[in-house]
Amino acid sequence: MKVDTSINGRAMTLECENGEFLAGALRRYGFLSVKEGCDTGSCGLCTIWLNGKPALSCCLLTARVEGQEITTIEGMQEEAEEFAHFMVAEGAEQCGFCSPGFAMTVLAMKRELTNPTDDEVKNYMAGNLCRCSGYVGQTRALMKYLEVHG
Amino acid sequence: MRYIGKKIPKVDGIELVKGTPAYTSDFDTNNNSLIIKILRSPHPSAKIIDIDTTEAEAMGGVECVLTHKNVTDIKFTLAGQSYPEPSPYDRSLLSDTMRYVGDEVAVVAAVDEQTALKAIKTINVKYEILEPVLDLETAVDNSNLVHTQEPHVNFDIGCDHKRNIASTFYKENGDVEAELKKCDLIIERSYKTQAQAHAMMETYRATASIDVNGRLNIMSSTQIPFHVRRHLSRILGIPKSKIKIIKPRLGGGFGGKQTASVEMFPAMVTWLTKKPSKIVYTRQETFSCTTSRHAMKFTVRLGSDKQGNIKVVDISALSDTGAYGEHAATVFFVTGHKTLPLYGRANASRYHGYAVYTNKMPAGALRGYGATQGTFALESAMNELASEIGMDPAELRLKNIIRVGDSHPDLDGNILQSSALDRCIETGKEMIGWDEKYPAVFLSDSKVRGYGMAVTMQGSGIAGIDTATAVLKMNDDGFFTLIHSASDMGQGSDTALVQIAAEILDVDMDRVIVVSNDLDTVPYDPGAYASSGVYVTGNAVIEAAKEMKKQILETASRLLNVEEKELEYDGGNVSGADKSISLDELAQKLCSFEGKDQLIAKGTFGGDTSPPPFIAGFAEVEVDIGTGKCEVTDFVAVADCGTVINENLARIQLEGGIAMGIGLGLYEDVVYSKTGRMVTDSFMTYKIPSRMDIANIRTAFESSDEPTGPFGAKSIGEVVNNTPPPAIAHAVYNATGLWITDLPITPEKVLMGLISK
Amino acid sequence: MMNIEEYVRVSSCSEAYEILNSVNGSAILGGCGYLRMGNRAISKGIDLSLLGLNQIIETDSDIEIGAMTSLRDIETNPILKNNFNGSLCDCMENIVGIQLRSIVTIGGTVAGRYPFSDVLPVLMALGADVVLTGAGRVSLEDFMDGKHKSDVVEKIIIPKTSERVAYKSVRNSLVDYAILNCVIALSDGEYKVVVGARPQKAIRATKCEAFLKGKELTEEIAEEAAKIVADELSFGDNVRGSAEYRKAVCVTLIKRALVGGAE
Repeated sequence: MKVDTSINGRAMTLECENGEFLAGALRRYGFLSVKEGCDTGSCGLCTIWLNGKPALSCCLLTARVEGQEITTIEGMQEEAEEFAHFMVAEGAEQCGFCSPGFAMTVLAMKRELTNPTDDEVKNYMAGNLCRCSGYVGQTRALMKYLEVHG
Repeated sequence: MRYIGKKIPKVDGIELVKGTPAYTSDFDTNNNSLIIKILRSPHPSAKIIDIDTTEAEAMGGVECVLTHKNVTDIKFTLAGQSYPEPSPYDRSLLSDTMRYVGDEVAVVAAVDEQTALKAIKTINVKYEILEPVLDLETAVDNSNLVHTQEPHVNFDIGCDHKRNIASTFYKENGDVEAELKKCDLIIERSYKTQAQAHAMMETYRATASIDVNGRLNIMSSTQIPFHVRRHLSRILGIPKSKIKIIKPRLGGGFGGKQTASVEMFPAMVTWLTKKPSKIVYTRQETFSCTTSRHAMKFTVRLGSDKQGNIKVVDISALSDTGAYGEHAATVFFVTGHKTLPLYGRANASRYHGYAVYTNKMPAGALRGYGATQGTFALESAMNELASEIGMDPAELRLKNIIRVGDSHPDLDGNILQSSALDRCIETGKEMIGWDEKYPAVFLSDSKVRGYGMAVTMQGSGIAGIDTATAVLKMNDDGFFTLIHSASDMGQGSDTALVQIAAEILDVDMDRVIVVSNDLDTVPYDPGAYASSGVYVTGNAVIEAAKEMKKQILETASRLLNVEEKELEYDGGNVSGADKSISLDELAQKLCSFEGKDQLIAKGTFGGDTSPPPFIAGFAEVEVDIGTGKCEVTDFVAVADCGTVINENLARIQLEGGIAMGIGLGLYEDVVYSKTGRMVTDSFMTYKIPSRMDIANIRTAFESSDEPTGPFGAKSIGEVVNNTPPPAIAHAVYNATGLWITDLPITPEKVLMGLISK
Repeated sequence: MMNIEEYVRVSSCSEAYEILNSVNGSAILGGCGYLRMGNRAISKGIDLSLLGLNQIIETDSDIEIGAMTSLRDIETNPILKNNFNGSLCDCMENIVGIQLRSIVTIGGTVAGRYPFSDVLPVLMALGADVVLTGAGRVSLEDFMDGKHKSDVVEKIIIPKTSERVAYKSVRNSLVDYAILNCVIALSDGEYKVVVGARPQKAIRATKCEAFLKGKELTEEIAEEAAKIVADELSFGDNVRGSAEYRKAVCVTLIKRALVGGAE
């Protein structure tokens, strides 16, 4: 099938199988920042924005994004780099495989929540698993980032 | 120091966060690759009587169907270890004997995933179903055998397949029984540690193709590219020179990718078909068809006098290596080797037991490599001993830990040359508020906070074996290329090694670029395991950088016509006797006709010792008395990794390792059904700690100066995993009065324990 | 990738109902959070997203939630935060993460009748009804019994009568499924007590409800009521916990739900 959508502000027509999920389609179209880690909607690696809100692209049928706006970190490079400086200042990216999805959730949270409490941050970010960092370094990075850019 | 001990961002960090392509699948852009899928055994123990692949082979789009009938039956190990490997050669590419649920029956390569999956469904297999060995404790001398043929071994590892024993180990230092008789107090306790999944975020994957030189190109997410090449050479029966390995960035490894679980499948398919192919394991395959941590069972005997001086440490163990013996002997050995020296002042110590075969997924290497399991047993017993004597457990440690200058037969190099463990304990006590809060603080009728501790050690590389070479090349513009193969999997070895090179060469870090991904280019390195990156390869880089500096002075002397001893190098210029040449100019000249001498320096290091890093870990655990739920509300870890080379990277390793240890202590468990099928084969059933589960991890470093280490450094990668399980169990005891001796400590174990108390 | 032979964006619920009941192997596509794992071949995938079923509407007596409303939209909805002690929002917190919750739908959750659900026990305790295209309005409790399998869930209607609602659960990792969850809701002086993830599907503890009728809640009454629940319901084993543990922890959770106390 053909799906008319917008990716990173550009109108695109995705050709896909009826049952193909967005994560796979995005990678096919060269949006290689989108990683997959679990097959069960559990890890948050494939987080993109659906109309500005974080969504798992591995659970989202490509057919469902007809007429919707998709954002990947390829479309957020400047802001991602700003945040990346805070991540590397803590060493919190480690293997980096979960970082793009994590960053997309952080950047969405910055827009959605004003002056979030620690608990609100944890709740918002809970869906992004990381096996390397133990999370506390990521939290330091994102709190410092919010202080400066929030 | 310009770079050593500083918070240096990782050289690849910014781009990784921005999502820049870096991993195997990102570079695997060949749209015509065959997709490989594997038919797996539904039975834990079975023999294939008949297998019919005719329908699959006839299917349009299917290029290759492999079974035990049409592939080599050569035996090998997939363990990532230096040759000759101390693991039994007990597996073949495809066999007619199925040894666990998930064992490979047939390999199908087709033009796309759907076709491959469809083809797999058409393969008809007739099995003779055999009685499986599923219980670690009854495996030895069980009438059912996991392996009926004697595996080849390179060393005497005590393999006795007729008894389901993959490896036997016995080592006694002093006379344990005689010393026990002299003790005032002996405690004997049993402990169990579960299997653990690596759960790295990037699943296993590899691609294969044939290049223009007719060589087999493998791109793999691996910690051990050189060992992969050696294994593939043996399996395919082709010279290593015919194989090129590319190792892009890894999405985590944790020891999982120290076993070559997947590379042989695309390698064989592509070598036979001459077409590109790839395999990407699903998360389910990653959980259930690769390797895990060895589940172990321990009996610990500690003997002491009334004052708490430990006289005897005696540990017997049983380790579950599953269907194949990758890392069976070495993990088993390390379990004792990296725990007994902790209390090396004891008069006698012993470690012994078996690693046994069962019909479960093979165990393998996982961060901590046995020391994690051994630490839970030994440190739990130490805490129980402290409680019996009525002594502060921190005091008990300070009284008994090995100190600088002490020797122990299990200490590589015999004598401990650096340790700040005593300071780690003191600092940790202060940070957690031990003197005020230990043993417990009662918050309400239903909430109690208990406090617990543990100490641990590991090694830095494998003494007498691990040997790495690093190469430095001065390029035509006076910048350097550092070429090595320490296999960065996120820990940041590329960064730490560049720091070391830049420190010695006295240049900006961005004047040193790093190449570590292509085996055709890089010098030999065993790979990323045994906590060896900074210690082993780092020492090699120091040698290479010193050699480079020497060459710079030599060549500058020749070009400037000034005696070498009059020259000084400051990172930018070589000057002396009123003459000076910039590094840029020197490099250009040396690369050109004028100098005809481009500088290439190498350094090699292999250590006689494996200096132990130490950690003291302190847990604050809040127990809900009504539900049994335990939460680690605070964890303090103080590490002695010698000199901290990069504080950012060391800290995140420490924090991440503690979180992984909390997972082992509270959440993670590899569970099998009664019929031998792994139940916990997804992130829905196998729970690694989430952000919600990690409340607070606080860390500190107490430096020591390791004379054999690069700038005094020791390792940090594995030791970080070991303290949480025993420290948490100790805290739970102090909150509830229950000693939980089998991991993980679930709400159920705590509540049911409280009810039956 | 799911195996969907034909994909149809329907223009009405009745069209969906028609297809569902005439085409073998057809299925309604909710958020697909679970459907994708079932590995089933779907002959005709029915997409309801053009029907505007993602509204949360407050009337004088009820709150209506369209079937295609995402769990995340429920969690962040001001109306729902201000009703039922926020319990319907709070019970979302442990469901994996917001990225999943912004995709999975309440219709999919209800139609799936998932026994491990944290949401369904809350809806049951609130006395929610389900509006189906074929069968019309039925109580969620009846729906949970397994009837109406080939019907289209259009919306959920929750009466605003509940005065006090408390939701309690126990889980090991906080993003894991509950080992047990419990909800109590007080409406017109009567308690509804619901226990889910036993691990069988959520069920009302009617003996306990009868016991509580007309009683003033004290620590002792709550303790007794909690024991009644543990005795009247059956519990089972799964990878997360044994029947014995569930029975034991049920007492704690119900008691805490009734009289407040530790989370």
